[in-house]
Amino acid sequence: MSGFADYARLDATALREAIVSKRTTASQVVEAALARIAALDPELSAFSTVLADSARARAKELDAALARGEPAGALCGVPFALKSNMCVEGVEAHCGSKILAGYKPPYTAPFVQRLLDEGAILVGMTHMDEFAMGSSGENSGYAVAKNPWDTSRTPGGSSSGSCAAVAARMVPLSLGSDTGGSVRQPAALCGIVGFKPTYGRITRYGLVAFGSSLDQVSPFTRSARDMELVLSVISGADEHDSTCLPLPAIDPERSDSIRGLRIGVPKEYFASGLDADVRAKVEGAIAKLVELGAATVPIELPHTEYAIPTYYVVATAEASSNLARYDGIRYGPRTNGDGSLQSMIAATREAGFGPEVKRRILLGTYVLSSGYYDAWYVRALKVRRLIRHDFDEAFKSVDLIACPTSPTAAFRLGEKTDDPVAMYLSDVMTVPTSLAGLPAVSVPCGTVTLGGKQLPVGLQLIGPSLADARVLRAARVFEDATQHQREIYALAPSVREGAAR
Amino acid sequence: MTQSDIDIVKKTAKLARLELGEAEAAKFGEQFGRILEAFQKLAKLDVSGVEPMTGATELSDVLRDDRAKPSLERERVLANGPKQDGEYYVVPKTVGGDA
Repeated sequence: MSGFADYARLDATALREAIVSKRTTASQVVEAALARIAALDPELSAFSTVLADSARARAKELDAALARGEPAGALCGVPFALKSNMCVEGVEAHCGSKILAGYKPPYTAPFVQRLLDEGAILVGMTHMDEFAMGSSGENSGYAVAKNPWDTSRTPGGSSSGSCAAVAARMVPLSLGSDTGGSVRQPAALCGIVGFKPTYGRITRYGLVAFGSSLDQVSPFTRSARDMELVLSVISGADEHDSTCLPLPAIDPERSDSIRGLRIGVPKEYFASGLDADVRAKVEGAIAKLVELGAATVPIELPHTEYAIPTYYVVATAEASSNLARYDGIRYGPRTNGDGSLQSMIAATREAGFGPEVKRRILLGTYVLSSGYYDAWYVRALKVRRLIRHDFDEAFKSVDLIACPTSPTAAFRLGEKTDDPVAMYLSDVMTVPTSLAGLPAVSVPCGTVTLGGKQLPVGLQLIGPSLADARVLRAARVFEDATQHQREIYALAPSVREGAAR
Repeated sequence: MTQSDIDIVKKTAKLARLELGEAEAAKFGEQFGRILEAFQKLAKLDVSGVEPMTGATELSDVLRDDRAKPSLERERVLANGPKQDGEYYVVPKTVGGDA
């Protein structure tokens, strides 16, 4: 492969260091990224758009600025990718939907601008479940991303391409969005780090809305230290989003220890439905946390069993409202129908939305409709309060909660596409935190063997509201003390090449 | 699947401005029934005295200073519309017909 030879072995922090110390250049790093994408993406389908020209031009600018002795940004020369539901001026953001085909935003999202301002280089947009609705990437209106560990399996969803791109080391950093687990679940299934901050830590301006009280921009990285770095860049107040908290950016903790931390282990997350091998890996990870000086405390989150129905009522209600804007007037292709306005709108939506999006719009419209509003929607909001209350009670006696991110390792593509209920259940470990608005990370904690292939398992660490930095510190300490990030990837041979760390 | 599930789907589709075909309505009707059945456990929980949680933050009435600022350029915003005349979006006639 051309470009910087060590590219695929290094995380964002190390890549920046290599550029700043003149071991390589931003241009060489971008060439390596583009070469790797060209070699691997035909098999993995992570990218919907590759921005080779603008990436090369930006790298050149950065190299020139460095040569002039200008200060390097915190992410100087680091290539990154964005989920296709994020706005960059003039770059197609189709959201995985035919209804937004060709949509080129007239502005750049502030969370993207902050990355660019620190010298990060955008190399492409990634495939996703249509409007972020899905847990496998299979609801894309364009292409289905594959898991780099086993291409017959899902990388998880809905931020499928952003996750596969980092897992296959095509880029060291990408952004996804997490509404009910859409970053943490794929991170677990692909063996990388995925973090959903406390709701409100990152502006949603420029993130296409799905469930507005749940959506959070959430990064994927190779290492926990990268995650801390990225959050310190993109989090913090923004006047464009009235739900963005008026707080400064997340400040990573200096400590290298988790000694004395009290870690809650919720029995509900280790009940039936959890794969035995996944359970063993997660229990091993918790034992490691104890070895590192933490203490475990058994806790109860009694309303966990209500989280899936609560989530699918709240999220679909919000989605049905948010997606009302796709009417063939302001964006995307129009279908004329019989010539009337109403017919044009209905025909455009019928042609533009895929089955899962229609299903969710229907469900959301139903739970908000006259006669069902109190019985379904308001009731779900009350149960949401009870779920949040469970966490508030638990955090009176613990500092963090540890549990699996996903009940199973990556499942096969096609396995759950005809059964929406089974697909919804794959989010069982991530939606409670989303409903409660809490910060949670997934970090790799080993692999299991399925169908003769090794597949990663994720440990989920959940913190109380605004304890983002504590969650990330614990992830970093765990990562530093284990070899999971350094395990040689049992990937397809082309992916493995140069990927061993 | 019951006829009432299909009727609910058809009525809801109309509210949601979706134009479903018969086969699609039947498939969604069947899935709708199964999804709502799986969600029935919500109905069995005692939620008396619980305040609905309408958002994930405690923020309310967030206001910015009321001052004029440049907004997005009209031309660039209109450019994404499937039909526009440079100043406005163009839609089918809405007055005078049965729309």
